[in-house]
Amino acid sequence: MNIVVCIKQVPDAKTVRFDTEKGTLVREGVEAVINPFDFHALEAGLQLKDTYGGEVTVLSMGPPQAENALKEALSLGADKGILLSDRAFAGADTLATTYTLAKAIEKLGPVDLVLCGKQAIDGDTAQVGPGLAVRLGIPYVTCVNALNVLDDGKTMHLRRVNEDGYDMLELEMPALLTVLVSLNTPRLPSLKGKMLARKAEIPVWDARELGAKPDMVGLAGSATQVVSTSVPTFEARREMLEGSAEEQVEALVSRFKKAGIL
Amino acid sequence: MLKVDTEKCTGCGECEESCTFEAIFVEDEVAVVNQDACTLCGICVDGCPEGALELHVEEGLLAADLSSWKGIWVVAECRSGVLAPVTLELLAKSRELAGELGTEVTAVLMGHEIESKAQELIFYGADRVLVVNHPELATFTDEVYGNILADLAKKENPEIILAGATAMGRSYIPRVATILETGLTADCTGLDIRAEDRALLQTRPAFGGNLLATIVCPGHRPQMATVRPHVMRADAPDPGRKGDVIRILPGEELLSHRVQVLESVKEQAEGPNLSEADVIVTAGRGFEQEKNVELARELADLLGGTVGATRAAVDAGWLPGRTQIGQTGVTVSPKLYMACGVSGAIQHIVGMQGSAIIVAINKDAEAPIFDVATYGLVGDVKEILPLLIQRIQKERGS
Repeated sequence: MNIVVCIKQVPDAKTVRFDTEKGTLVREGVEAVINPFDFHALEAGLQLKDTYGGEVTVLSMGPPQAENALKEALSLGADKGILLSDRAFAGADTLATTYTLAKAIEKLGPVDLVLCGKQAIDGDTAQVGPGLAVRLGIPYVTCVNALNVLDDGKTMHLRRVNEDGYDMLELEMPALLTVLVSLNTPRLPSLKGKMLARKAEIPVWDARELGAKPDMVGLAGSATQVVSTSVPTFEARREMLEGSAEEQVEALVSRFKKAGIL
Repeated sequence: MLKVDTEKCTGCGECEESCTFEAIFVEDEVAVVNQDACTLCGICVDGCPEGALELHVEEGLLAADLSSWKGIWVVAECRSGVLAPVTLELLAKSRELAGELGTEVTAVLMGHEIESKAQELIFYGADRVLVVNHPELATFTDEVYGNILADLAKKENPEIILAGATAMGRSYIPRVATILETGLTADCTGLDIRAEDRALLQTRPAFGGNLLATIVCPGHRPQMATVRPHVMRADAPDPGRKGDVIRILPGEELLSHRVQVLESVKEQAEGPNLSEADVIVTAGRGFEQEKNVELARELADLLGGTVGATRAAVDAGWLPGRTQIGQTGVTVSPKLYMACGVSGAIQHIVGMQGSAIIVAINKDAEAPIFDVATYGLVGDVKEILPLLIQRIQKERGS
């Protein structure tokens, strides 16, 4: 089974601070980590490889330092990592990103399964998975939290979560899935994996290597543009209700009445 | 690339202040760009008081004749025979936007045996409804729904397409945008028109709501956005409103799909779902045992709300994964959020801090959840919740 897992390096939520005055993210001191959802996409790929054999290739578009994310994926058991990095890729929205990723996957040759996290925690768009599948001409299912490959090694049964419950779906590979964190529990890196990852060479593919059209990547290939950003402020409101449990409950009920909740 | 007009630049430093990436700075009283650090986000361009900055985009792509695209489309969502609340919210918003643009509002209604809903869409603000009624649309598949909508859009050239940022909308609307090769802004919480060029200003939260970005789609049409449920307000229906209902028979080639729906299961017996609820009672680790989660259910029922979960409560198997609130779950902003036995890890807080009133109940007075709480109660949820439930029941009884 040839599996491609798309991962993104994102700022670690624990280290991110926001500048309310400038309306921007404070980059200083921010650690970059693999997008939390993507660990579960990778785990799904590794589990399939464990059962059916084959190869897991990890793909990431980003600046040169995104190499670290790919190395981390290798330490977990991915077979190879490829970094898509080029000044020309900067400023890409989801339209340009899916084009670039699709060019890379086409270059890799026939693929059975493409796995992505449901969304990245920085952009929160959840659009790259579906868009990439359309570009590749393969079917896709979003928000997968259970996955089972039938005996033919080709047909999958999936559970797709929605607001009211879930759908059970059937489809044949090749396909693309975006996964939820409830799909699986990611493994930890092995010592051997860490050593292999440290020594691994991560090839870097740029726009030329991909044969990508310059007007389809990065800012030039993006349909959307950010015109401004701001940091929403939440009013300082902390009021600790005092007294015994009964007194606190009484105080809360009176505030509920005032707010029209009761 | 980002270019500085050195004639116009006064070296005021506004750009340096506004740059998130430390990619532009003032040197010898003129702005200098570090092209390697610049992500071309354009924030400095917007903020430059002298108009000295310009994002240089290669010509060629911005060729669409924008004026030939007209009208606002609202993609109606009908689940189990009921129009999704977000559809009605979008119709009200679209009426407002259509007023500014001097155009009309079209609702697109896809499904099976849904024709009766067309009139309802008109009462809520549509001037025109395109109804695609077909047995193949009885269950949702990204391919068929996406293909039909993209096909209609290619034929009719709407200026704007809006859909709910629901599980369904966020799944198949990206398909439509990719087929149409246009921009799509996910999960918007604000929409507006920029008067000078009719651009749709789309405001959306990123980083779990910690950053708000306003986005435009300058050179491509249609301008597309999915919009978060429960943020905009629906108008009251006007049974006197008139509109056209146009029935459309989809071409056979649009109806083939490779994903088969074997079964659709409703887990939520009753009550609002998380993204549409006015009240959410969230259970965290402080409940200690699964049986205590019943207290959260009881309180939620009493307040007409629904139950949410922290990652810990989901991992413990107390509540299903789809109820998880936070960075790797759902982002919510109800009128009342009750965090019960929730410590308030940052990954949880980013998913709920936009709530209007936040009540936190926790044994540990130092728990970070209290930093975002409107009202904090220090105590054991197993003691406080029964008292609160009794007290509310008494209030309701009198």
